[in-house]
Amino acid sequence: MRNSNEIIDDIANREYEFGFTTDIEMEMAPVGLNEDTIRFISAKKEEPEWMLEWRLKGFQAFKKMQFPKWQHFEMPELDLQKLSYYAAPKKKKQLNSLDEVDPELLATFEKLGIPINEQKALAGVAVDVVFDSVSVATTFKEKLNELGIIFCSFGEAVRTHPELVKKYLGTVVPHSDNIFAALNAAVFSDGSFVYIPKGVRCPMELSTYFRINAENTGQFERTLIIADDNAYVSYLEGCTAPKRDENQLHAAVVELIAMDHSEIKYSTVQNWYPGDKDGNGGIYNFVTKRGICKGNSSKISWTQVETGSAITWKYPSVILQGDDAEGEFYSVAVTRNKQIADTGTKMYHLGRNTRSRIISKGISAGHSDNTYRGLVQVGPRAANARNFTQCDSLLIGDRCGAHTFPYIESRNSTATVEHEATTSKIGEDQIFYLNQRGIDTEKAVALIVNGYAQEVLNQLPMEFAVEARKLLSITLEGSVG
Amino acid sequence: MLTIKNLHAEVDGKQILKGINLEIRKGEMHAIMGPNGSGKSSLSSVLAGRENYTVTQGEVIFEGKNLLDMSPEDRAREGLFMAFQYPVEIPGVSNLHFLKTALNEIRAYHSLPALESKEFLKLTKEKQQLVDFNANLMNRSLNEGFSGGEKKRNEVFQLAMLDPKLAILDETDSGLDIDALRIVAAGVNKLRSADKAFMVITHYQRLLEYIVPDFVHVLYNGQIVKTGTKELALELEEKGYDWLKEEVHQKESV
Ligand SMILES: Nc1ncnc2c1ncn2[C@@H]1O[C@H](COP(=O)(O)OP(=O)(O)O)[C@@H](O)[C@H]1O
Ligand SMILES: [Mg+2]
Repeated sequence: MRNSNEIIDDIANREYEFGFTTDIEMEMAPVGLNEDTIRFISAKKEEPEWMLEWRLKGFQAFKKMQFPKWQHFEMPELDLQKLSYYAAPKKKKQLNSLDEVDPELLATFEKLGIPINEQKALAGVAVDVVFDSVSVATTFKEKLNELGIIFCSFGEAVRTHPELVKKYLGTVVPHSDNIFAALNAAVFSDGSFVYIPKGVRCPMELSTYFRINAENTGQFERTLIIADDNAYVSYLEGCTAPKRDENQLHAAVVELIAMDHSEIKYSTVQNWYPGDKDGNGGIYNFVTKRGICKGNSSKISWTQVETGSAITWKYPSVILQGDDAEGEFYSVAVTRNKQIADTGTKMYHLGRNTRSRIISKGISAGHSDNTYRGLVQVGPRAANARNFTQCDSLLIGDRCGAHTFPYIESRNSTATVEHEATTSKIGEDQIFYLNQRGIDTEKAVALIVNGYAQEVLNQLPMEFAVEARKLLSITLEGSVG
Repeated sequence: MLTIKNLHAEVDGKQILKGINLEIRKGEMHAIMGPNGSGKSSLSSVLAGRENYTVTQGEVIFEGKNLLDMSPEDRAREGLFMAFQYPVEIPGVSNLHFLKTALNEIRAYHSLPALESKEFLKLTKEKQQLVDFNANLMNRSLNEGFSGGEKKRNEVFQLAMLDPKLAILDETDSGLDIDALRIVAAGVNKLRSADKAFMVITHYQRLLEYIVPDFVHVLYNGQIVKTGTKELALELEEKGYDWLKEEVHQKESV
């Protein structure tokens, strides 16, 4: 019989499934970060002048900023001058359909299980794929076009819908918001753009798949999603990266804008390379995600399942500006080996009768460190605002850490803010109980963890919930305490 | 079916089982009685393979195989079931999902295909009615928020579902009111058959009025100090355990 420590060591040695690299001819920007880099990127992308100017503003802001110090982990040394800020599969001509995509690239997506082929498309998911810096394929475009839905790469939106991009870009996450957002503004490569017109309910899940492949690159995508009055959209992003000994930076920005009576559901299944068991390599996932419920009775819901990255550091937030607006944050963050997660959310209640709900489930194993940090802010105008926060930590083994930092700032006496927190351990008793029913320890842990994360997983679109469950199970296979 | 020979076991360096000998054959109902702390739960834990117990001497043969060499899950798959004295709660895992997983793991071990949902539900319904288990509890999270009695009845429901060769019931009667006790006993009686065996651990004679044992063993201080038939249980009920303790101490001092 294996004891707990053996099993824990076992999971530490588990291989990262998506750690392969793809051999494809790449075009890279010269290493280093300066105005020339930014001009290079902008030129490569054949951007209009206003876009370049916006980037340069971001760069000016970036230069004045310092790395923050308040986080609950030691900031790794990041030499931003050693990175290349643009990497793209060399393309011979404009791609019009999937058939024209490099077969090697398609094979990669096949390995990753990304539904960009027609067969998977039948499942009703429209997918945009971002490979290193460039968006390579957007499926279902025509079908969406008929409804007036715009779903394309960010770069394409700049070319084809400049008025929309200009109108909304940086309105939720300003170019000077924080150092990583400013860096992103300066060097962002590509990403997805979604616009759902008034009264349209997007009939399928929209999905973007991010993949970092090239060495010594960062990935800086930007996503901008706008749901106009009475519109609805559910959007999902997934991500993987090859195994590399050096750390790679992923500093994305996501902006969501929900107008009157509209709803945006944004789900993430994040499985970036977490580094090896000693903490070498892995992705630094420093992302700024924020949505604004601009309209009355609008709703934004973030769901995240975070299993990857060496460091995950992000707080998908909602600004509840419209009256009766609603914000939700559902999170499962798993850390093992030497992974670090410092994640949570911010809910800014500005409008009357605004509601927010925060459900955070941290799961820590190995020597990892898992922090929930959340802010609930109620402004003076936000009469009858309500928040409910449930923040649970599950420990596997006794060498990991879990921390909870809830911040509540209320400036309206009619507001109700509730916070509940629990910390528990997967008990030997629970495992033994399941063993005694014929279930081995690995399956037992998977069962317990899935049960624990149930409330969050239930928020995911069905087919992704299945994948997320599988991911949770393999991520934690055999981790007992 | 089960042969326990000179079984010694310790936990945290403390000797708890001090030479247990016991033979259980197919179709038999054995009752294990004894005062608190005598080692009844420890015996079932050792048989089920709880990690913190160390067997220091002796052997256990189950259906011709060395039980002590097997992992807890393999013991279960070989047909050993234990109804826990204190069943645990597992939040978010539905009772049925858990049972389906368990059942299919056991089936896979015996190279049987997984049960289709339809068949599984049919089986569920059948067993739920057999042991008179509250259908509402089947879709709830495993034991979460169940009353003490509901948890015990869930153990019997699981027993019915998993259909083991040997079932150990550790104080399944404690914490049950008389009606629940009758239902649980009736359920167990329905599950009795010529090719199954039971080891029923109980503190009280009461249960044995409903589940009539073939043998009654008294466990005291880590040993079986007396074996008899159901009359022994009655005798214990009348006289308590003190006379036995004295008898044991007298023997020891001789
Ligand atoms: N983990 C443990 N560490 C030390 N002693 C234990 C442990 N578990 C049980 N015991 C002791 O073993 C003895 C037998 O306990 P148990 O098997 O639960 O008895 P019963 O079920 O007959 O009441 C008791 O003295 C109890 O205190
Ligand atoms: Mg006991």
